[in-house]
Amino acid sequence: MTKKVQQLDRVIIRFAGDSGDGMQLTGDRFTQETAAFGNDLSTLPNFPAEIRAPAGTLPGVSSFQLHFADHDILTPGDAPNVLVAMNPAALKANLGDLPRGADLIVNTDEFTKRNLAKVGYTANPVEDASLGEYRVHALPLTSMTVTALAAFELSKKDAERAKNMFALGLLSWMYDRPTEGTVGFLERKFAKKPEIMKANIAAFQAGWSYGETTEAFSVQYEIKPAEHDPGLYRNITGNVALAYGLVAAGVQSGLPLYLGSYPITPASDILHELSKHKRFGVRTFQAEDEIAAVGAALGASFGGSLGITTTSGPGLALKSETIGLAVATELPLLVIDVQRAGPSTGLPTKTEQADLLQAMHGRNGEAPVPVIAPRSPSDCFDAALEAARIAVTYRTPVILLSDGYLANGSEPWKLPDVADLPTIEPGFAEAGQEDFQPFKRDPETLARPWAIPGTPGLEHRIGGLEKADGSGNISYDPANHDLMTRLRQAKVDGIAADIAPLEVDDPSGEAKVLVLGWGGTFGAISAGVRRVRREGGQVAQAHLRHLNPFPANLAEVLRSYDKVVVPEINLGQLALLLRGRFLVDVIGYNQVRGLPFKAEELQNVIQDVIDSE
Amino acid sequence: MSDEAINGVNGLNGNGGRSALSLVPKTDQKQTMKDFKTDQEVRWCPGCGDYAVLAAVQSFLPELGLRRENITFVSGIGCSSRFPYYMNTYGFHSIHGRAPAIATGLATSRPDLSVWVVTGDGDALSIGGNHLIHALRRNVNLKILLFNNRIYGLTKGQYSPTSEVGKITKSTPMGSLDSPFNPLSLAIGAEGTFVARTIDSDRKHLQSVLREAAQHEGTALVEIYQNCNIFNDNAFEPLKDPSVRDDVTIRLEHGEPIVFGAERQKALVRNPAGSFEVANVADVDPSRIAVHDASNPDPSQAFALSRLDSPAFEHTPIGIFRNVDRPSYDELLRGQVDEAVGAQGQGDLAALLASGDTWRID
Repeated sequence: MTKKVQQLDRVIIRFAGDSGDGMQLTGDRFTQETAAFGNDLSTLPNFPAEIRAPAGTLPGVSSFQLHFADHDILTPGDAPNVLVAMNPAALKANLGDLPRGADLIVNTDEFTKRNLAKVGYTANPVEDASLGEYRVHALPLTSMTVTALAAFELSKKDAERAKNMFALGLLSWMYDRPTEGTVGFLERKFAKKPEIMKANIAAFQAGWSYGETTEAFSVQYEIKPAEHDPGLYRNITGNVALAYGLVAAGVQSGLPLYLGSYPITPASDILHELSKHKRFGVRTFQAEDEIAAVGAALGASFGGSLGITTTSGPGLALKSETIGLAVATELPLLVIDVQRAGPSTGLPTKTEQADLLQAMHGRNGEAPVPVIAPRSPSDCFDAALEAARIAVTYRTPVILLSDGYLANGSEPWKLPDVADLPTIEPGFAEAGQEDFQPFKRDPETLARPWAIPGTPGLEHRIGGLEKADGSGNISYDPANHDLMTRLRQAKVDGIAADIAPLEVDDPSGEAKVLVLGWGGTFGAISAGVRRVRREGGQVAQAHLRHLNPFPANLAEVLRSYDKVVVPEINLGQLALLLRGRFLVDVIGYNQVRGLPFKAEELQNVIQDVIDSE
Repeated sequence: MSDEAINGVNGLNGNGGRSALSLVPKTDQKQTMKDFKTDQEVRWCPGCGDYAVLAAVQSFLPELGLRRENITFVSGIGCSSRFPYYMNTYGFHSIHGRAPAIATGLATSRPDLSVWVVTGDGDALSIGGNHLIHALRRNVNLKILLFNNRIYGLTKGQYSPTSEVGKITKSTPMGSLDSPFNPLSLAIGAEGTFVARTIDSDRKHLQSVLREAAQHEGTALVEIYQNCNIFNDNAFEPLKDPSVRDDVTIRLEHGEPIVFGAERQKALVRNPAGSFEVANVADVDPSRIAVHDASNPDPSQAFALSRLDSPAFEHTPIGIFRNVDRPSYDELLRGQVDEAVGAQGQGDLAALLASGDTWRID
């Protein structure tokens, strides 16, 4: 039959199911197909901390949201246009986010009396009138998959497990996605299990054919590719981009990378990724704990490697003392904190921006550390390179604050030309110096020499005890301690002269309200700002990459606007720093739900402030 | 330097003839003890056992013939951890308990260095216990000198994890309650490949142990009984008092029967339960006298020897308890990097970035 083709400019799909249903894989494959097709996109995986919560329960629901469009988009979308619910728990957990009129695809095979009861449904919502405001597609996805795979020598369980590929095939047909990538992926993934491979491909194709032939779906949608700058693109998550940025920092500095890490959600994927790249001379060391991880990284830095440690908030807390040692010994060290919701164990798989003050101040003594934050998944690449540049140039630990949303979220990335990447100069101290002074500073950067073991004539001792200016010998002299404390602070403060000034996006030049954010909220804030402007509102936007030191022009920017709104996924940490530093009464907007901001909520927040002018 | 020094006196540092120092550059300059002294004033208490260890190390190192700049001392926190400041090599005085972790990063990234860790009973066994056992099981190329004085010195006299039960200290006025660690039993249990004990006051023995430790491929743990004359004076007196020391000190020699005593009248025999007991040489069939085999892969004999230590020093073995071959973590890690480069060539950054699904927009 010939189907009607309807043009759309953007769609938000959410795949939801049990943790064991393969929703992350399904979402990831749909994303890859969509990226290959040329749409702009943004993704939001959302999964429980438990590996396999009891099947069919609300805590076990895993989802993957994908926003794709024929134009430049900034967020994974506020509310899905399409929800695929693989079981009653997935329906119940996600229905609240679904706007009236949305498409709802439910796997009716899983809507058994027992599964309904597990999540507190007394009646089957698919059969009563309770889903009346949605376009419900009630499909027996599991049994259709099993039927489609009847010819394969598979157990019923294995056949049922391919239902996510059937769903993917159906959605791929609905939105006319290219399928070669997924077929190739399944061929590689199951290369050693040919029967499973063929079955999954067959399920995927059966899903597509079902969409094409059934009358249940009368419309196929078309979302044209987005306009992108010319270039070579790939889709990338924040954690992979960060790992690539670190590899690039090694290449661009000529320093061997040494990663000391202890597995922790949501940072472990950086360890996994870097451990694959030993051919770049990368050494990865899975330590016995967070403290050993950062200790080994610092020890490697002492020896002339680029020492890196990756962690999340609880691990950063454990590393505090060693970061302080890196401050005292003035050695390069990269500390990557992929923030998650806290305090304590908190919500390990959910995002938050609440480690800013820990990064700024979470050490004993006066221990200033540069802090930088990426703004999008692909920006993690550039942020990692920038963090490495500062660490090596200024002989200092640097904390990079990513977050769970950036880490697991993905977007298309235009690959940089490797020839254009900045070079980083290690500038090791050279042999043959008379009366070597390990704490004699470069007059411009205030950085001390990096004299690595093996360099004849520069033998010296460093440590956590206060050192005499210049010689680095232990010193308990009061005036020397005051001087050294101020020198370490001045060194970090001085980086402000070596970073880009804060750019303000203020198209009309007449805005009275500035929205200032940092880190992973960039997409949502930009989308909110865009909506305000589309409706005629005037608002300026700026986004901080450098949290310590702040860009040199920040004071001037803050004072150029009547009101400054600071949205953060914490209870006002940047706001506290801004008020303390600049005496500017910023207006905080704060949510800590473990989820990114929505464009609409920020639109309303910004509009309210404009209206109150 | 003699070939003997390179290869290990007892030829125990097999590993296919490889020594921990095979990749560390040698000097052709003659070195003396003075070359390893710094201009910093040594600030231990007068009479501290640490002075003797420092002198023993400084006078031993020239024997290795290594370039001075390729030797690094890493320490934690505590009295003994001031050691690196007095060694004219590279040095890192780090954080309480963390020296093995920091040294692991250094040693596993720099095969051309001889990396030494100086630590104490509080540093290594209390706050840093985790790092110590993991360094041992990994067999990282570290030479760990554990100064055991059975007391906290720098914090002024609290009991330590090696203090005997019932120790009266400032923090335990009614006596300490916790059972002590036996550092060597712990190290053997943690899969240590080189485990030894020596005494601060016996320079000759201390240096003989250091000589073997330096060459050992992997982690060498050397416990040094060290006297704190301020807070725990005479803790090891039976092992030092000329009138009794020979009767209580069992000097372990690889390949030799374990006999001791002023007249070499006592011997160790293994009882059916696997532990050692002391017998009079005159009373036992010579074939029952245990022969020390430090190279035995089975750790049970070394462990049984380690259990002979007791707070009262009725009979205390010193020397090398265990010295077995196992590839070091450093070497294995290097091997993986070399294997990856060998199989795939040096990494190409542009190719890495473009790996996976890509698309071009013209």
